[in-house]
Formats: sequence, C-alpha cells, structure tokens
Amino acid sequence: MNLHDAEPQTVSRKLGEVVLRLDGVSLAFGGVKALADVSFDVREHEVRAIIGPNGAGKSSLLNVINGVYQPQAGTITYRGETRTAMEPHHAARSGIARTFQSLALFKGMSVLDNILAGRTLMMKSNVFLQALRIGPALKEEVAHRRQVEDIIDFLEIQHVRKTPVGRLPYGLQKRVDLGRALAMEPKVLLLDEPMAGMNVEEKQDMCRFILDVNDEFGTTIVLIEHDMGVVMDLSDRVVVLDYGRKIADGTPDEVRSSQAVIDAYLGVKH
Amino acid sequence: MKAATSRNLTIAFFGLLALGAVSPLLFMGSKLAPWLEVILGGLMSGVLYSLVALGLVLIFKASGVFNFAQGAMVLFAALSLVRLMEKMPFLLALAVTIAIMVALAWLIERLVLRPLVNQEGIVLFMATLGVAYFIDGLGQTIWGSDIYTLHVGMPKEPKILFEGTFEGGILVSMEDVIAAILAAVMVGALALFFQKTSTGRALRAVADDHQAAQSIGIPLNRIWVIVWSVAGMVALVAGIIWGSKLGVQFSLQLVALKALPVVILGGFTSIPGAIIGGLIIGLGEKVSEVYLGPTLGGGIENWFAYVLALIFLLFRPEGLFGERHIDRV
Repeated sequence: MNLHDAEPQTVSRKLGEVVLRLDGVSLAFGGVKALADVSFDVREHEVRAIIGPNGAGKSSLLNVINGVYQPQAGTITYRGETRTAMEPHHAARSGIARTFQSLALFKGMSVLDNILAGRTLMMKSNVFLQALRIGPALKEEVAHRRQVEDIIDFLEIQHVRKTPVGRLPYGLQKRVDLGRALAMEPKVLLLDEPMAGMNVEEKQDMCRFILDVNDEFGTTIVLIEHDMGVVMDLSDRVVVLDYGRKIADGTPDEVRSSQAVIDAYLGVKH
Repeated sequence: MKAATSRNLTIAFFGLLALGAVSPLLFMGSKLAPWLEVILGGLMSGVLYSLVALGLVLIFKASGVFNFAQGAMVLFAALSLVRLMEKMPFLLALAVTIAIMVALAWLIERLVLRPLVNQEGIVLFMATLGVAYFIDGLGQTIWGSDIYTLHVGMPKEPKILFEGTFEGGILVSMEDVIAAILAAVMVGALALFFQKTSTGRALRAVADDHQAAQSIGIPLNRIWVIVWSVAGMVALVAGIIWGSKLGVQFSLQLVALKALPVVILGGFTSIPGAIIGGLIIGLGEKVSEVYLGPTLGGGIENWFAYVLALIFLLFRPEGLFGERHIDRV
C-alpha cells in the first residue's frame, strides 16, 4: 500500500479545512540534511502527530513551522498565506504557539507571571497606566488575570501559582509550559515531546489535558512524541519521518501497518 | 549550599556590617554627631554607586550581557548634556540628550547585538568593551575632551541640620540629599515598570529565555532597544549627578569600575541588590576610611569595595540577592 499520499479514511473527530500546509520543505545545516522535500498538511481541529526515530528531523520540522529555522527550499502555507521564512514572534502573532522539548520557561518568574507572559501580545494599554494600575489598564489586567486563572485551574496547578517555576518538579514545569502556550489562545499549538521524561501518571494527566484542549477549545494540535501508545491514542493522523524524509502519512492504523515504518523503527536487513 | 545556611550567612553578614558601623561609637569613643556625618556621607556616595550599578543590572537582566560600556555611557550622556546646554535651555538640552541616548541604544542593538545573537556571554562582553572605547572616542570627538562644569541648579551649599540636638549640628551636603531623592524616585519607577507592566514582564521573560520569549511573540530586538534606552536614561541621571559634583570629565567613566563590586555584592540580577549593594559599599568605605584609616594607613576607600567583592566571590558568588541556580542533574 502506498501510504505516501494516502487520504485518511477514518478519523475520530470532525476535521475542518486544511489550516497549515508544508510543500517540499528542505532544510540543511551545512552538509547535514535535516529535512528533505517534506510535504504534509494539518487540518483544523485535528491532532496531528509527527513521529520518527531519533534524528529523523521532527524537531527541525516544528522549528520550521514556528519560524526558528528558515528552510532552504519549499513553502509553508498557513491560513491561506504562503511564505518561505518568518520570525518566531511573527508566528506567535499569527496564532501559532509552542512548547519545548527541553523546558524553556522563565525560571525566575512565578507560574502566574510565566502564563501571563503568554498574553504579552494582547496587552494594549499604555505602559504608564499599567505601571500605576489605573484606568483602562487596571480593567485589562483584571481581564487577563481572569483568563490566566482559568488556565491555571484547567491545568490543576492552583497550589503553585506563586512559586518560581525553577523550583517546581519536572512534570509541573511541563504543565506551565503548556499553560503559557494556551494563554496565547493559539489557533495551532505545536507540542514538542510534551510527555518526554514523565512517569505513567504524569503522562496520563498530560494526555487528558491535550485532548481537553482539543475538544473544548477546538485548538489544532501538532505534536511530536516518542511514546507510541500515546501517539496512537491521541492523534487523528500521523506523519512518519526517517532521515529527514517523509516515509508515511495517514491514520494511526494505516501507519502502524506500513512496512516502511516497521523497517524504520526495527531496522531492515540489507 | 542549603537555603538555611545561606540565610544564616546573610544574617551574619548584615549583623557584622551593623556591628562594624556602630563600633566607632561603642569602642572608639566617637561622638554621635560626627559619626552620623560619616554614616550619611557614606550612604550618599553609595547612592551614586547604586545608580551606575542599576544600569549594569538592567542590561544584564534583559540580555545576559555584562555591559562594560555603562561608564562610557555615563560620560557620554553627561558630555552631551553639558555641551548642548551651552546652546539651548536646560529642558530642551535634556530632551535632546534623551533622544541621543535612545538613538545610541538603537544603534548598539542594530550594529552590535543583533549580529551576535546567541553567542557566548564572553563574546558579548568583549563587544561591549569595544562599544565602551567607541563611545568614549565618539564623545570626545563630537563634544571635546575638556573638563566642563555642569550647572543644573543643584544647591552647592551644605546645610547644618539638628543644631539644637547636637553640639555643632550635622553637616549635610544638599547636593547629596537631592541625588539620593532622585535615585530613590528612579528606583521606584523602575520597580513599577519591571513588576507591573507587560513590557516589564516581557523584559524579564527575555532575560530568562530568549527562545521561549520569541515563541510567545516577544520581539527580541525591540526589547533590547528598550532596555539599552532605559540603561541610557539611568546613565544620564548618574551623569548629571556625578557631573555636577565632580565636573564632566574623562574620569567620570571610571565610576563604572566602582559599580562592578556593587553588583557582585548585590547580585547581578537584582535591582534591590544594586541599591543595597551600593549603599553598603558607600557606607563601608567611608566608615573604614575615617575610623580605620589612621591605624591602617589610609587609602582604604580605594580598595575596600574590591576586597569586599572578592570575599563575596569566594563565599557567596550569587551575591546577596542574586538568583541561585538550581541545576537538575
């Protein structure tokens, strides 16, 4: 079966239009090819997983979408707008949020401030009014604060709201990372190994949060994950990368039975 | 180091400091009034160290760069102001100087920081060394290298306070008092800016993690321009105060060397640390100069700050208020 261009046959949720599409994206660092001619699309409201062995180019792919890396070839079409390169803060402005594989939190700031920082872009009032907390600035601050408290409740981290995140256990830091991304009210949420290094219970919690985000807010999710069980349970469609090339694309069931994927993961006799 | 031991060390340090400060009264038979004069004088000069240190801390917090050019910026700001005042009224000259400092910040971001983004701290430090010499030369080329006197209406006459309470009263320099008030206002404004505004939060975010800050939509470049501009403002205030006290001259930029022990003492990332560190060093060097000088042979004022900083580097490298690094192994 040729999975390369296969259309997904059965999906668990209602998927919308294509919101993000990559066409022939290639990325190289010097002589090392990280991505070679990768194309795939992401539909609105779906959970799209990117999997592959170590060094397959998964994180690079995420970084291309997010604007951290500029691909040498190919285009990225996001909500009808085609581009080749952009700055990370522009990606953020257009509604793409992300979390990080190795935590990148503001360690000296409290959980509350970390998540509030996610709303920086939405704060419009005058800096002097903000400093004095008067007039429209106060109203704005209260509104943002309410949103952030909702996220904190949702992620069940009320008990550590005022704690500097550097002091939190790893599992909770991962939640703060997710919370900060959610505070941006993103259209597309990129999750780089949200469950890496977690124990079984922490993984279950994180799975629940991701599914809830997807269900309740309809957020489109692109996720990289190593835990196969998690990927198969969570995602609507899966892209498989190996050595920077796309080797399969389809529903979890299709991908699981693909010979190319089995070869890539288990190795193949030459 | 465990948190409890660390806290005990802090308490012990402040205890020792207080003991050292009052010991002339207790053991050396010093009179209350002259002792108060020494203490006040020390605190006032400490405020000036704090102001320069504040500029260092601001830039370090937001970009992780130790800005060697802070002293040169103090001189440059003061020079610009004093020369512009020859041609226009004070307020206009002040506004133009502020504009110049913002333009300088923008240029530094464009020409120095942006090409060096994601480089090692030492690389950026070396770059600021170059910036320091450049600003120094630029200032002297444009504005000249004479000694200029800066008159911004600071009262030069010292006042005698509490004449009724003490015999002879206490001699206080009104210039220092005004400088202290200015510095306090400045610190208050900066604290509000950093803690309460979304821009301040963005600045702290950038300080902690560049990549994550970008991912939530904070444009690094603009943040750097803002923080270097704010550091430029702080340099301007320090330049005005020092300049009207000592005259605007080359040696003004050497005050930055005194600010280095201040930030080591207070912690590189702490604004209150810069203030308290400055006060401690100002106080410590005055008290030891006046009361230990005759016994130890004088000149203590020149090395006191550095020895204190050395002791801190040995026992408490993060300073009094710096962030301790907790590394996960």
